Amino acid sequence: MHIVVCIKQVPDSREIRIDPNTNTLVRQGVPAIVNYYDLHGLEEALRFKDTVGARVTVISMGPPSAEKSLRQCIAMGADEAVLVSDRAFAGADTLATSYVVALTIEKVAQEFGIVDLVFCGKQTLDGDTGQVGPGVACRLDYDQLTYVEKVVALDEKNHTITVHRHLEDGVEVVQTKLPALITVLTELNKPRRASLPGVLKAAQYKPVVWSTNDFANIDRSKIGLKGSPTIVSKTWVPEPRKVNTEMIDGPSPEAIAADVTKRLWSSEAASRLGWA
Amino acid sequence: MSDMKLEQDQKQTPSENAPKMRRDLSPSEAVHEKDWSDHKGILIVVEQRGGIAKKVSWQLLGEGRRLADKLQTHLSALVIGSNVSGLAKEAIYRGADNVYLCDSVELENYRTRPYSKVCLAVIREYKPEIVLLGATYTGRDLAGAIATHLPTGLTADCTQLDVDENRLLLASRPAFSEKMLATILCKQYKPQMATARSGVFLALPLDPTRQGDIITIPSQMTEGEIVTQVLDFLEQTDHVSLEDQEIIVAGGRGLGGPEGFVMLQEFADALGGVVGASRAAVDAGWIGHDHQVGQTGSTVRSKLYFAIGISGAVQHVVGMQNADMIVAVNRDPQAPIFKVAHLGIVGDLFTLVPALTEAIRAQKRNSGSVPVAL
Repeated sequence: MHIVVCIKQVPDSREIRIDPNTNTLVRQGVPAIVNYYDLHGLEEALRFKDTVGARVTVISMGPPSAEKSLRQCIAMGADEAVLVSDRAFAGADTLATSYVVALTIEKVAQEFGIVDLVFCGKQTLDGDTGQVGPGVACRLDYDQLTYVEKVVALDEKNHTITVHRHLEDGVEVVQTKLPALITVLTELNKPRRASLPGVLKAAQYKPVVWSTNDFANIDRSKIGLKGSPTIVSKTWVPEPRKVNTEMIDGPSPEAIAADVTKRLWSSEAASRLGWA
Repeated sequence: MSDMKLEQDQKQTPSENAPKMRRDLSPSEAVHEKDWSDHKGILIVVEQRGGIAKKVSWQLLGEGRRLADKLQTHLSALVIGSNVSGLAKEAIYRGADNVYLCDSVELENYRTRPYSKVCLAVIREYKPEIVLLGATYTGRDLAGAIATHLPTGLTADCTQLDVDENRLLLASRPAFSEKMLATILCKQYKPQMATARSGVFLALPLDPTRQGDIITIPSQMTEGEIVTQVLDFLEQTDHVSLEDQEIIVAGGRGLGGPEGFVMLQEFADALGGVVGASRAAVDAGWIGHDHQVGQTGSTVRSKLYFAIGISGAVQHVVGMQNADMIVAVNRDPQAPIFKVAHLGIVGDLFTLVPALTEAIRAQKRNSGSVPVAL
């Protein structure tokens, strides 16, 4: 069993602030982290390493600094890590990204052994699209199971995997054949901490690094900005809707509550709700 | 439909040699030169489960109608499922000019391959210039597959849609944890694709006098060709769908802990509403994610919205500012939530909320109106 885990190093967007004076993003001091959904994919892969001896290869497309994130995955227990890095990949949207990620998985399969399973986070913190996983599955012609919150069974003999897919109104129990691509939710598991031997290994570890020249059949028109159909035409901070706020005050909470209730009952909302 | 090319569906097994990637699934230089003027109209992919359409599908038909009228083009719906011909009629009543209907037993449950093949067949045959899907779990799964196969650009999770004089779709979506909005264009490929969030657009009222053609589309895979099997569906009975609620009482960090939400639930019960929450309260583990309004949670359009102990960060406000009436309670008179509230109360929520609960109960008793679960 060989499992590939796709990770992305992202700015921790929870830490990004808007400068109220300029309405622009303040990126200074924002830490780079492993997209946390991806860590749940890694944890699930590592559990299969623990239980059935799966080999786990972590891949990432990103700048050279993303080596740090790959070493973090090695410290957690991944066997190998591959960084795909080239300035030519810059500006890729989800279509161009899924092309390079799929090429990478294909090359990993050729060089490190046939791939049975691919884990991706459900989406990234910086893009929030959830489109790369399905894109990679399509290109590799794998079946995709997205938004998985539980892996019920992995049947090595029959090459099947059974999972719980999260939907708005419930959970779908789905089974498919390997090889398959799975995108995961945080409910799936709790990512482990790095072990001491893992940390020691990671300290010495140099990820395999591939650039465009390492891919024999790469189509350069399909990568980076050139291979990306979508472009961002503008970004802006939305203006809150302007309303005339009436501030209510009174001698006691009871007096305020009575005032608010009176106003509610004479409001348009009350007539729409059938109260008045 | 005879000239539709369908993908081979050969599955690799682990015993085979190294996988060969599909080389046809990417844009190429040739695509850029292509004349797309034969692509006309807007297509909405309707999502359903058990013959019941997702609300977002009708909301997208409402928005699609507006965009189609602006472009002076037609609006189509694609209905996929088993025993779903009733939905095809409803799509016409909800604003579609015509409907593509693919009704077959193996399409009862959503599965990526058979559904995406039907979508691809329709898109390749009828060449819409814009394709929209709901940004649900299923909609995002399906849209990602279709856009890669076509190939074309796809914008996820839009909260605003428009078209410009060059017939470009202006697809706007939250970015950077919803602190900003970004408008995304897809200039050189057709169709332009987007998924859009539930609860943002308005569905048109049912109009049974509307008429339109229903075009039957054959299923593109037999059950034997489909590898993925849906074994079961476990309905979540305590599921809260905030998007459908008329009265929401939302709490934030100011509640101080999970016990604050017990007090809030009592208030919501008095009003006949449900409890919502800010991301801060959800992240703190005081209440489940189902209850989250704004940032990666729900976008609501309730008739009445109480924001209790919520400061009003942009990512919360974008999810609730379209409520008809907003009442905010906060200790801090400078809290940004007061900028979007119709009624504001500065004070201690722990004394105000019980007082409000009592006052609402008294008012309902006096006016003879009984709290109903809406």
